Amino acid sequence: MDKLEVLIIDDEPQIRKLLSIVLESDGYKVWTAQTGLEGISVAASRKPDIILLDLGLPDKSGIEVLKELRQWYVQPILIISVQNREGDIIGALDLGADDYITKPFRTGELLARTRASQRRISKDKGKSILVSGPITIDLEARTVLCNGLNLKLTATEYHLLTLFVINEGKVLTHLYLLKEVWGDAYQSETQYLRVFVGQLRRKIEKNPNRPQHILTESGIGYRFVSETAL
Amino acid sequence: MNLKQKIKSKFLRDIPIPAQYSLSITVLFGIALLGSWLNPAIGYRGVALFMLLAVSILAVVFDILPVLLAAVLSALTWNYFFIPPIYEFNFENKEDMFLFVMYFFIAMVNAALSLKVKDRNRKLREKEEKEKAIAFYNTILNSLSHELRTPIATIIGSIDAINDQNRILTSNQKSELKHEISKAALRLDQHVENLLGLSRLESGMVKLNLDWIDINELIHRVLQKYTQPEPSQSITFLPGEKLPLFRLDAVLIEQVIFNLLQNAVLYTPEGTEITICTKYENEYCRISFKDNGPGFPESSIKFAFDKFYRIGTYNARGTGLGLSIVKGFTEVHNGKVTLSNIIEGGACFVIEIPAETSFIVNLKDG
Repeated sequence: MDKLEVLIIDDEPQIRKLLSIVLESDGYKVWTAQTGLEGISVAASRKPDIILLDLGLPDKSGIEVLKELRQWYVQPILIISVQNREGDIIGALDLGADDYITKPFRTGELLARTRASQRRISKDKGKSILVSGPITIDLEARTVLCNGLNLKLTATEYHLLTLFVINEGKVLTHLYLLKEVWGDAYQSETQYLRVFVGQLRRKIEKNPNRPQHILTESGIGYRFVSETAL
Repeated sequence: MNLKQKIKSKFLRDIPIPAQYSLSITVLFGIALLGSWLNPAIGYRGVALFMLLAVSILAVVFDILPVLLAAVLSALTWNYFFIPPIYEFNFENKEDMFLFVMYFFIAMVNAALSLKVKDRNRKLREKEEKEKAIAFYNTILNSLSHELRTPIATIIGSIDAINDQNRILTSNQKSELKHEISKAALRLDQHVENLLGLSRLESGMVKLNLDWIDINELIHRVLQKYTQPEPSQSITFLPGEKLPLFRLDAVLIEQVIFNLLQNAVLYTPEGTEITICTKYENEYCRISFKDNGPGFPESSIKFAFDKFYRIGTYNARGTGLGLSIVKGFTEVHNGKVTLSNIIEGGACFVIEIPAETSFIVNLKDG
């Protein structure tokens, strides 16, 4: 199999270097770009399998670059952002970014995110049985197994868990989950989400207070992970 | 500046200018009335001195223009009501005219002199304040650069030791050094986080991003992420039961919890028990941090939340930012944080935030 190709768009040389070394050592072929314009042109010519995009670029905002890329680029785009910019991150996710990571990041986490986004795209979409960590969902029979045991879920819990499992490893914003599960009229009712996530955790987590699968991303949303990464 | 002066200058400088005008005129006519009563006893020249005294006193406390007005008016009043012929702006003899002109000038000079004195005082005060501010920022910069340099020194030193060809380190030593590098970098990151928090608070740029949060879950999460430095304390979380969801800014509250935790861990001795409790009480979300350490020196409790304040001047550790951010982020939620010592020993921080609550339990589930 050919090496997967990654494009890094970041204006800071240290970060480009660090990302290149880490990704190359993990078996990726790496392209880099220093500006938004260069990034777009490299993306067009090299057609990388995944793009890591820094939101703070000198020539144009990362959000602009993301918008332009998303007009034709369908592969995963991961956002790199500084901390405390939840608004920007949510904006980027709503514009079609697949995931995000904040600086400073742990390299293990970065690789996990990159792999997860890659896995999602190569996942067989037609499968009727989803397996993720301890969870097995039979979409046709609408049954859920957790560690081999039959799990009794309400309709909403089932819907929510299915979304989580399908998007394993990816952050899902509050807005997205509310729209998908409850519909457009419930976009601001995050308390519903809190309650149902709490219920789901009590059913699938070993210790609901220290969740290993349904993780909270403060101010942004939730992320389902199958194995404890890191 | 001593306290008395401070009160006086503050009080008198605060009188608005229009009030100063009307007060000048009132005082002047009061003095004129008193003068007409005293006139038979002390004579009209004595009255002039009396009025001059009044103008001088006004000059000490009031602005230049009201004083000038008082000087002119008093001169005219003296002339009109006291200098013979009375009820006329005229003089019977040259001596009185000379006195009148002198009166006028002395009153003016008085006003001008006091203006000069006040101006000099103001400049002196400004200089003092500036020097104080410079001294304050020097202390801050010193402590800050020390707090930033320590982790940087750890990182540079550790990397040199690992890279040094002439030094043979055991793999154990190497991994210890790497661990130190990682800890130092995280520490630097926390400092930056706090500095950013401070600058957001100072610039008034904190916009609350309110959302329903489960406070117990949030605290569990902070505890889960928190890696304790050694020496270690024991941390117990007693989550309140049946708490509602609160509408708060999750990111800011996380920082508040983290800073309080960090504060307790950094400044209590090994083996201290730290207990965190949550409660819903009288429409307030209440979070308390207690420890059984040595507590705070009573005199420093009221300064503990001041920015850049650290206990002890020598060898004080920390940037003095953590608790000020706790206070700032709590207050942007309209909440308050209090610190007290526990009688049995130890410190107790209590955060109380009035927050919208949601007790939804029976949701439609179809």
